[in-house]
Amino acid sequence: MKEFIFKPFGEMTEADYQTVGFKSGLEIHQQLLTDKKLFCRCPAGIYSDNYDAEILRHMRPTLSELGVYDGTALMEFKTKKEIIYRINRNTVCTYEMDDTPPFLINEDALDIALGIGMLYNCKLVDELHIARKQYLDGSIPTGFQRTAIYAVDGWIPYKDRKVKIVQMSIEEDSCREVADYNHNRIYLTDRLGMPLIETVTGPDMRTPQEVAEVGWICAKLVRSTHKVRRGIGAARQDVNVSVEGGTRVEIKGVPKIGMIPLLTHNEAMRQWNLLRLREELKRRGITPETFKAKDFDITSLIKKPHYIPLKNAVESKLKIRCVVLKGFKDLLRWQTQTDTYFSKEISDRVRVIACLTTIPNIIHSDSRTDTITSSDWLKVKKHVEATDNDTLIIVWANDDDIQTAVNEIIIRSKEATIGIPSETRQALSDGTNGFERILPGADRMYPDTDLPPKKIAEDRIDKIKSGLPEQFWKRKAWYKELKIPPDTIDELSISKYAELFKKAVSEWKINPVTAAVILVQYPKRLSKSSYVIDSINEEMMLSILKAYADGKLTYDFILTAMKISTELGMFVEEIIPEPISENDLEKEILFAEQQMAKLKFIKDKNAGSIIMGILMNKLRGRISAKDIAQKLNLPQRSLKNAK
Amino acid sequence: MPNNSDYKGYKGQALETLQKFNALVWSDVEISTADGDFKGLILPRSETADEFHIVLKIPVGYNIGIAAKRIQSINILGRKEAHYKIPEKEFPYDPKKPRVKLLGTGGTIASRLDYRTGAVIPAFSPGELYGSVPELADYCNLETEKLYGEFSENIGPKHWKGVAEAIGKEIEKGVQGIVIGHGTDIMHHTAAALSFMVQNPPVPIVMVGSQRSSDRPSSDAALNLIHSVKTASESDIAEVMVCMFGPTSDMYALLHRGTRVRKMHSSYRSTFRTIGDIPIATVSREKITPIRNDYKRRRKDKDVIINPVFEEKVSIVYYYPNMQPDIIDSLVDNGYRGIVIAGTGLGHVNKPMYPALKRAKEKNVAVYMTVQTLWGYVQMYVYDTGRDMMELGVIPAANMLPEVAYVKLGWALGQTDDPEKVKEIMLTPIAGEITEREPSNGYLIYQGGLPEVEDFIRQFRK
Repeated sequence: MKEFIFKPFGEMTEADYQTVGFKSGLEIHQQLLTDKKLFCRCPAGIYSDNYDAEILRHMRPTLSELGVYDGTALMEFKTKKEIIYRINRNTVCTYEMDDTPPFLINEDALDIALGIGMLYNCKLVDELHIARKQYLDGSIPTGFQRTAIYAVDGWIPYKDRKVKIVQMSIEEDSCREVADYNHNRIYLTDRLGMPLIETVTGPDMRTPQEVAEVGWICAKLVRSTHKVRRGIGAARQDVNVSVEGGTRVEIKGVPKIGMIPLLTHNEAMRQWNLLRLREELKRRGITPETFKAKDFDITSLIKKPHYIPLKNAVESKLKIRCVVLKGFKDLLRWQTQTDTYFSKEISDRVRVIACLTTIPNIIHSDSRTDTITSSDWLKVKKHVEATDNDTLIIVWANDDDIQTAVNEIIIRSKEATIGIPSETRQALSDGTNGFERILPGADRMYPDTDLPPKKIAEDRIDKIKSGLPEQFWKRKAWYKELKIPPDTIDELSISKYAELFKKAVSEWKINPVTAAVILVQYPKRLSKSSYVIDSINEEMMLSILKAYADGKLTYDFILTAMKISTELGMFVEEIIPEPISENDLEKEILFAEQQMAKLKFIKDKNAGSIIMGILMNKLRGRISAKDIAQKLNLPQRSLKNAK
Repeated sequence: MPNNSDYKGYKGQALETLQKFNALVWSDVEISTADGDFKGLILPRSETADEFHIVLKIPVGYNIGIAAKRIQSINILGRKEAHYKIPEKEFPYDPKKPRVKLLGTGGTIASRLDYRTGAVIPAFSPGELYGSVPELADYCNLETEKLYGEFSENIGPKHWKGVAEAIGKEIEKGVQGIVIGHGTDIMHHTAAALSFMVQNPPVPIVMVGSQRSSDRPSSDAALNLIHSVKTASESDIAEVMVCMFGPTSDMYALLHRGTRVRKMHSSYRSTFRTIGDIPIATVSREKITPIRNDYKRRRKDKDVIINPVFEEKVSIVYYYPNMQPDIIDSLVDNGYRGIVIAGTGLGHVNKPMYPALKRAKEKNVAVYMTVQTLWGYVQMYVYDTGRDMMELGVIPAANMLPEVAYVKLGWALGQTDDPEKVKEIMLTPIAGEITEREPSNGYLIYQGGLPEVEDFIRQFRK
């Protein structure tokens, strides 16, 4: 193992991440914008915390198609959770309750998914096979998620290379967790069954920053279709991280791409530090073969503890056990993440698997904080025949859970001698992560016998292709050639007006910058002056731009035209003011000059722009500023100021 | 030379492609197409699927279909055949626990994947059951015997007789309870048949199935099995019962009398309901709670009467408006000896049917009237129509459920040809199929949407 001490986030250089062999890939979950759910006809996208009924279920592991039990499934079964589903009649039918078989797949959702697959340069499968992916945590009442791979082997451009898209699947969304305590877990079911796609990238990213950047590319690509959901929870990323000599670990459900760099940094640090811990154990002669742990019932030993958690345990007549880890002294204080230590790895397992959810759920002899008195520690130490080289862990629970807790403590401690367990970990708000479950493998897949395979016809693919937006990176390259301002390029490239922009520039020969500003900046400007811009649509923008291209509308009047159209709900040519006649213009100029004469302290060099201002205020829309300037024989500079 | 069974389920173009490259099912392969390569395991194909695609399990565990015509080559790397087998563990023996027999007839209570149809097929042994539901050993010493491996809809009189005889043998052997695994679709027909063919049993006879197959994590199979085994082991109810979920939640089961139970929803877990009466008891993992007291009690003797007979020429006719008399005529002409009509309302059919009914009586065909409302009694005196029909020889079957009347008529005609004797058998209650009175809570279909009903649903997990 390389000698390297992890530096804080922000101080790690690209070379540092290279040293530790940082590798990361993304699994991006994106909800699709459909009216209905994926396998039933419930409305999608309606969230409510209200519920009309509750259902209680348990989950049992079952065999995979190849006749094997999945490790995660068995772990989840050990936890023996009572799972409560909250049902709201408006958003959930008997399908989500697993009391009705699935209806045929939502074709709109599949169309959107296939289109996005093509944007990712993927190969589409010829026949869709719906699988059941087991989830025994209860997040789906059936105990499995209906999911199907529909595209494989694509890529997106990143820097000077291609990032691989391994596979894409279409699947139903899971429940929202409300609470998880002791042996109870509560879910809301409104989100359950909504269509989403999962996009899996290759482990191609080499720094935390790269992971986020690739995340953004993926986000922009799907948004450019305008057929995906936006807002909190509509896109969630799972991030896979490993370091050299480490194991793939999945950080689940990262709600914001901005959190990814710190999270992946911390996970890399955790893995690196766990590998260093293994080295330290080896140095002490502790290997998987020599690892020794014993456990003792010390319920009768701890009589009247002052330490509150244990005091409560004694009062509730819980069992108290002590695990002795031979030769582990001080290693529970081994740092894994920022302000996080190896003891947390053990505590997490006990929390999740033995369901001891009240923290602290263990105390240990490496701890510097006050727990039980040193005389109590001595008493325990003597009873369990521990030496100064050992670490003691004390855990308390009822008769049903205590053995699971003890087993998990020993299992996780022994894993430290092996390396990094394959886990799914949850993202925490401080950028660290905690154990969620053992990383599931291919063994949790099972064919869905309720639904037949579905052929993806070629004419269907052709039809979807014809409605797809151009890949936004291609648009961006063109915009750069057109010298579109950089602050507008990004937005325009995924804008719903991007195709209109193309038409305006290529067919109607509108100045690209002008068109870009109108399409991207003007709606924002309107929004800022509190116009309700929801009614602005492609048709409206198209007719405005066309009127401008045809010379019916002056540039200076476009924003005004948009304002009026927004209020009207549509653009009609009647809102364009009559062009001013030569005669009237002369009169207006004369009138403006008279007004100018009344003004005092005019610096000569400002006179031009002031008269332009007076005239434009009155004549906007009836004549272009350029024509007025020409009439007044003013240089172009004044024109700019007059706007 | 590989034969077609090595290409399980493939046909046409897909089969030809596989044969061309010698790629048998379960081959670990690399498939090249014009668009790129795919790695994975060739899986069997469902016989009902088309002939143009090859199914590949790719390494992440998903399956995908590749069009045979796109395949340029298949490179075979190895072979990995799946053995879908529930880990078997020997069922532990405890001399203190009762001896319970589980008779298997099929259904989704214990099942596994079938590639032929792509659906699930039954599989079961004590070891498998213990491997997947170890809790069963908390209640009894379990023995199993697979009598049949049929989906519910394929079960019929032959099986009813076979199960009845098997029950007789088990009681003779001294088992303390019997569980019958059965598909749910016609479980209530079988329950009725066993109620008549097995009379006066000294031990509980518990029918059980599942609405979600046991290959699903959320299956009701395990809990149903636990409930039924607990009932067979510990309850003092010596009747033929159906034991299935009370609510859809994993909470408790209802024990329904075999002649009053009916499947009432095509897919709900809580699909079985007692009709026109209340169930005998509830059962959870912890306890059995009778909710009535008039059930037959467990006994030490072996005095059971097994009467496994059945006349198969019996039919059930569901009346609908404008039904033509030729429906009845054709049954009579085809030699049917008994007809159960599920009539409208209190038990009616239209007037044009009368001549056909008259003819049926003349040909000595037994015709019995039940109600398609399911709840309530036949009452043919209230309207003239009813009286007319009785004149024609149609016999009202009180509040026997239509399916139960069908089963009972087949059983009665299996014993005698004499119309009077048949009538006596039909109208003498044997196992609660006709009750003297309908309690006011025997008909409860609460209407969703009503505030008081919603309050109730909110309060209790259903």
